[in-house]
Amino acid sequence: MGVDRIETKQTIATGAKPWVDQAEAPFIRISNLTKNFGDFIAVDNVSLDIYRQELFCLLGGSGCGKSTLLRMLAGFETPSSGRIEIDGQDMASIPAYERPTNMMFQSYALFPHMSVEKNVAYGLVRDGVAKAEIAERVAEMLTLVQLDGFAKRKPGQLSGGQRQRVALARSLIKRPKLLLLDEPLGALDKKLREETQFELVNIQESLGVTFIVVTHDQEEAMTLSSRIGVMDRGEIVQVGEPHAIYEYPQSRFVADFIGSVNIFEGRVTEDAENFVRLHSQEGGCDIHVAHGVSCTENQKMWLAVRPEKFSLSKEQPAGKYNFVTGTVDEIAYLGNLSVYRILLASGKNVRATRSNRDRHDAEAAPGWGDTVYLAWDDTAGVVLTQ
Amino acid sequence: MTGAQAAPPLTKTLKFIGAHGRALVIGVPMWWLIVFFLIPFAVVAKISFSEAVIARPPYTSLIEWTGEGAMLLKLNFSNYAYLIEDSLYILAYWSSIKVAFFSTVATLIVAYPMAYYIARAPERRRNVLLMLIILPFWTSFLLRVYAWIGILKGNGIVNNILLSLGITSEPIVMLQTNFAVYVGIVYTYLPFMILPLFTNLVKLDNDLLEASSDLGARPMATFFKITLPLSIPGMIAGSMLVFIPVIGEFVIPALLGGPDTLMIGKVLWSEFFSNRDWPVASAVAIVMLVLLVIPIMLLRNAQAASAEGSS
Repeated sequence: MGVDRIETKQTIATGAKPWVDQAEAPFIRISNLTKNFGDFIAVDNVSLDIYRQELFCLLGGSGCGKSTLLRMLAGFETPSSGRIEIDGQDMASIPAYERPTNMMFQSYALFPHMSVEKNVAYGLVRDGVAKAEIAERVAEMLTLVQLDGFAKRKPGQLSGGQRQRVALARSLIKRPKLLLLDEPLGALDKKLREETQFELVNIQESLGVTFIVVTHDQEEAMTLSSRIGVMDRGEIVQVGEPHAIYEYPQSRFVADFIGSVNIFEGRVTEDAENFVRLHSQEGGCDIHVAHGVSCTENQKMWLAVRPEKFSLSKEQPAGKYNFVTGTVDEIAYLGNLSVYRILLASGKNVRATRSNRDRHDAEAAPGWGDTVYLAWDDTAGVVLTQ
Repeated sequence: MTGAQAAPPLTKTLKFIGAHGRALVIGVPMWWLIVFFLIPFAVVAKISFSEAVIARPPYTSLIEWTGEGAMLLKLNFSNYAYLIEDSLYILAYWSSIKVAFFSTVATLIVAYPMAYYIARAPERRRNVLLMLIILPFWTSFLLRVYAWIGILKGNGIVNNILLSLGITSEPIVMLQTNFAVYVGIVYTYLPFMILPLFTNLVKLDNDLLEASSDLGARPMATFFKITLPLSIPGMIAGSMLVFIPVIGEFVIPALLGGPDTLMIGKVLWSEFFSNRDWPVASAVAIVMLVLLVIPIMLLRNAQAASAEGSS
């Protein structure tokens, strides 16, 4: 599969960043969008701008409203209030079958009574495109998704991965302005999913279509997207590039949802202009943060530290700040790294990873029951106030 | 039997069931079919090859013993030849098939929107609606057909309404026409069409309809390109349940039909009970069965083909 191409082509994520440019007009403008189902608020006052050729991921747990938001964009749900604009056009009065969007369904929703070819051609036939052109575009599209020999097969005769690609081909054939993908890789096994992720990015780049992908898989969101919108209980809690979401989460929810994280609760003991100090009961330690935070003395705050940011050692580090101590409770050896679960005196579990860079360091590596120290730099943690 | 070998009878039975469970499960319906279908069929087939006599039973035996102890098997094909010679039978068969065909189509047209509506209704209302479909079965079939006489007759409900509204100046003759037969058949067989259609339509994946709409199909196009083709198995199943019994239908044409309503069920009845010509009546029944097997095979094949396509 076309994984090799990914190195040579610049993705939008590393290239232009239209969301930084003030002059760039958003391609999709969602303003104050709300959807109620009876008493239940599925989408709560969401405002979001998405730019041309972005690959935007809506990330959240089940029931967070991400699929409802996607379905409102496709026209399957009517917003209770608020506005959706695509390419400057208000979508309120436009039914699903006239929208410049296409959707790839989680279930793929392939028509079981039609061949692969007929499935892919369906959208063009409905639009009354000339037969010769349909044949040409379908053949082209099947080549793009590497399904050349499968045109005459029925969906029932295909594997999961092939069905996924038929669904993708069918949703791309009309060259939509916006492609909506609902858990596009959810039904595939891990290996196929990883391969397909790259393929999806390649196709998105070569066609220049704007993608909105709904997923609950944070790893998938990190790999695919130019930007991620994290959703929780119908609201968008943070929007940003994958790197920003991971390294600069703005709330405990985001820090916890994206990747794994250790959160120490503490109170401010010293609030200076270019540093703050906290004391954490939970961690049994004092924390020094090397930048100013707008806070008041004795305010409750949290420090989030990713497992890979710790340095794990059996020796007590020098200094008074930024380390905790505990005993090794569990070790999971994953090959490239080992994940340690450390039990602190307060009863809190902390996750730390240790890279297995040296093949022969089994002696130096801490073992079960050892007393270890976890230290981190004064810039490694993220201070969270909510 | 020694004491060590003797097992309690219950254990023995259970062991027997354990070893022969499969045969027992298949055996029960198989024996049912042999005893109540195959043997009677053989008896009817046998009678169809005999000759009518005024005796009890009113037909001759197929096997005769000659004086020299030889067995003589006498197969009399004249009953079948008679069915071809007398145009009444061919006309009756043809007319039965015609009535069955058109009433199946009419039932399908009436049933489809109803089944579709029930399948798309919210789950709670769905059960109530299904209940309403099944409810008429709680009354005698004969009574319900009889009730149509009151509705359709010269001074019946329909004519009274039409007259009082001034739509017609004199009663329309509906009873004892083919129209009344069609009405009776569609009314009676509607649930047999609705239920298989409903079971099919309720399984229809809503994602498929949304996908169709998403790709630019208006609701009508979605119906004709997605819903309708995918409901073919349901339409076939319902059509079989209507078409086959309607061919042999006797009660509805007898009660609602007129002198020009010619159906094979009625002919069969009069051969048996009015003419007491059992051999001809049996031949009529055998031919009817053969005629029915053909559409069943065709529909089965069509169903298998469409099932294969959608698997």
